[in-house]
Amino acid sequence: MRVGLFIPCYVDAFFPEVGIATLQLLERLGIEVVYPLDQTCCGQPMANSGCQKDAAGAEALFVANFQEFETIVTPSGSCAHHVREHLDAIPQTPAVEKVRRGTYELVEFLHDIVKVEEFPWAAFPHKVGLHNACTTLRKLRTAKASEIDEPFFSKPLDLLRKVRGIEFVTPSRPDECCGFGGTFSVFEEPVSAKMGYDKVEDHHRAGAQYIVSADMSCLMHQKGCAERLGLDIGFIHIAQVLNGSRG
Amino acid sequence: MKPIDHAEASSHFIEAKAHLEFHDRRLWDLRVKRDRQAHNIPEWEELRNLASAIKEHTLSHLGDYLEEFEAKAKSNGAQVHWARDASEHNQIVHDILSAHGAKTLVKSKSMLTEECDMRPFLETRGVKVIETDLGERIQQLDDEPPSHIVVPAVHKLRGDVSDVFARTIGSEPGNNDPHYLAEAMRRDTRPYFLGAEAGMTGANFAIAETGSFVVCTNEGNADLSANVPKLHIACIGIEKIIPKFEHLAVFIRMLSRSALGSPITQYTSHFRAPRPGTELHIVLVDNGRSQRLGMKDFWYSLKCIRCGACMNTCPVYRRSGGLSYGATYSGPIGIIIDPAFDIRKYSNLPYASTLNGSCTNVCPVKINIHDQIYKWRQVMAERNQLPLVKKEAIRIIGKVLSDPRLYRAAISATGLAIEHLPRFAIYNWLNPWGRQREVPEAPKRSFRSWYLENRRRQ
Repeated sequence: MRVGLFIPCYVDAFFPEVGIATLQLLERLGIEVVYPLDQTCCGQPMANSGCQKDAAGAEALFVANFQEFETIVTPSGSCAHHVREHLDAIPQTPAVEKVRRGTYELVEFLHDIVKVEEFPWAAFPHKVGLHNACTTLRKLRTAKASEIDEPFFSKPLDLLRKVRGIEFVTPSRPDECCGFGGTFSVFEEPVSAKMGYDKVEDHHRAGAQYIVSADMSCLMHQKGCAERLGLDIGFIHIAQVLNGSRG
Repeated sequence: MKPIDHAEASSHFIEAKAHLEFHDRRLWDLRVKRDRQAHNIPEWEELRNLASAIKEHTLSHLGDYLEEFEAKAKSNGAQVHWARDASEHNQIVHDILSAHGAKTLVKSKSMLTEECDMRPFLETRGVKVIETDLGERIQQLDDEPPSHIVVPAVHKLRGDVSDVFARTIGSEPGNNDPHYLAEAMRRDTRPYFLGAEAGMTGANFAIAETGSFVVCTNEGNADLSANVPKLHIACIGIEKIIPKFEHLAVFIRMLSRSALGSPITQYTSHFRAPRPGTELHIVLVDNGRSQRLGMKDFWYSLKCIRCGACMNTCPVYRRSGGLSYGATYSGPIGIIIDPAFDIRKYSNLPYASTLNGSCTNVCPVKINIHDQIYKWRQVMAERNQLPLVKKEAIRIIGKVLSDPRLYRAAISATGLAIEHLPRFAIYNWLNPWGRQREVPEAPKRSFRSWYLENRRRQ
C-alpha cells in the first residue's frame, strides 16, 4: 500500500518528532509512504475563521500536492476532518473529490484500514490520560462521545491497549473540550486558557503522568497551560507511543 | 453599533473565581443529570429523530398549522392576535391591558417577552410588571437580563441573591439561607398574584389540532399568573406550533430531561379556553422568525424548544456566563440565533465557540448547532464583519500557507519571512497565546528538513 503523508503545518514547524514517528510507524507496518515536499496546510485555520477566500489558496495547493494518491494519512483529526468535510473554498473538481474521499486521520487509518493487530516494539510504562480532540471524537467519531448513549467504543484506546505496560487514568470530564479550537485560542484567549487549565488539572488530579492524543494542536495548547501552571505532566502524540517511544 | 466583545466580557467573568467555579460546576451538574436521564431511555436517540422530524415538518408547513391553531383557538373562545415584530407585540399587549384597565401584570418566564423588551415598554406606560419565576424575579430586581434561558440567575451565588433581596424587598441582610430567601420572595410575590388585573404566560408548545397550548414550569407560578387574574395573555413565538396532541408526548419526554436532568417539570399545564367570566388572549409573534425560516442554512434553529441543554454542556458558556453574549439568547443557541436579529452587533459571537460539537450531540431536536456556527462565520467574513486586525492576520496567513516557499521561510524565520510578515501579524498571535500559556519552543529543524536528510538520500 502506498500513501501520501500529510504533516500539518504546526507539526512540521513545532513538533517534527510527531511527523517522524508517524512516518516510521507507517513504514514499520509495511506501507510505502510518500511525503510531497511542497505541502503546507489544508486550509483549516482560514476556513474555520469563515474566510473562505483566504482558504482557497492553501486548499488548492493541498489538492495539487496530494491528488496522485488514493490514500492520504495525517496525524491530525481536525485537518483530516477539514479535508473530508469542509474543503470547499475551491471548485469541486474530480481531483478535489478524490483527495477529500481519500484522506484519513492516523488512528482511523491504523484501526479501520490497516487493522493493526500488534505493536511489538511499543512499551509505555506510564499512567496515561487519553485526550480525544473534539473534531476527532464527535465528527470523525473515533470514539463514543459521552452525550450519546451507545455501546462503548474507542479506536485510540483499542490501539493503545496493544502497548506494553501502559496504564490508563480517567479524568472527571473525559471529553470536555480543552479550549484550543484553532484561532479560538487567540481570539478568545481568556476562556481558551481557562479551559486548558481546567483540562490539564483534571488529568493531573486523575494521576496522569502523560496526556496522549491523536491531535498535537490540543496538546500544544495543553502543554503551554501545564507549563505555565508548573504541572509535572508530559504530552505525547499517539504516533510516538505506537512507534515505541518510552516517554 | 459596536459589536459585543465576548472575549473581553469573559475575562471579567473569569476573574470572579468563586462565581466562575460555581457556575461551571452547577451547569456541568445539569449536563451530567441530563446524560443520566437520557441514557435511561433506550429509545432516546429515536425520540430525538422523531422530535426533529416533527419540527421540520411543522416548519415546512408553518402557515397551515398556524391558521389551524388560530381557528381552533378562536372556536375555543380565545382571542388571537398576530404580531409582526417586537413593537407590534408590545403594542398589542399594552392595548389589551389598557382595554381592561389593568395596571399590574404578573407574568411567568418568557424568553419571547425578553426578546421583545416588553417590560420597559409597559413600565414606561404605567403598567407594573412582576416576574414570578424565582430566577427571573431575582434578575428583574437586580435590573439585569436573564443569563440563561432556563435558570435565569444561575450566575449568582446565594449571597448575591441575599444582597439583591435585602436591597429591594427588605429581606434580612446577610441571611443567605436558600429556604429563607425563597420564602422572602414568596411573601413578596403573593400579594401581586392576588391583586393583579392581568396575568401573562409564554408557551412551550402550541398545538394546532386543539388550539391549546402548554406551559412547563417547576414553580407553579405560571398557573397562578394564568388562573388568578381575570385576564390571561399568552405570548407565543410562531415556531412553538406542533401539529397534533399526540406529538406533545415526544417533546414533554425530552424537555425537562434535556434541560435540568429531571424526568418532567413539576407542572405541565394545558390551556385551552378562558374560564367562565375571564378572557384569554393569545399573541402569535413572528419577530424575525419567518425571515429566518427563509434562510437556507439557518432555518433549523427554529426547531429549538428552549431547553438550554446546549448552554449547559458548552464549555465556553460555562466559563463566560450568559451575560457576556450581550443578547437575549446566549450560549450555542444564542450564537446561531442572535446574528439573525443584528448581524453587526453579534458579529463576534460565532467566534465564541471551539466548534467542539457537544451542543449538537445534546440537542433534543437535533439542531446542527456547531455546523451553523461554522456557517455564520462564513457569513461574517462575506459581509465584512471581521475586525480589521483579525481579517488582515488571516489574509496574511492564507497567503503564506498557499505558497510553499513563503511558508518554509516563515517557519524558519528567515529574512524572507520577516520581509513579508509585518510584525503585527506575528505578535497578534503570539501575544494572546503567551499571556497565560507558554509558547512552544521552535525545534532545530522542521519535519521537512529531517525528511530531506533522512529519506530522500536513501
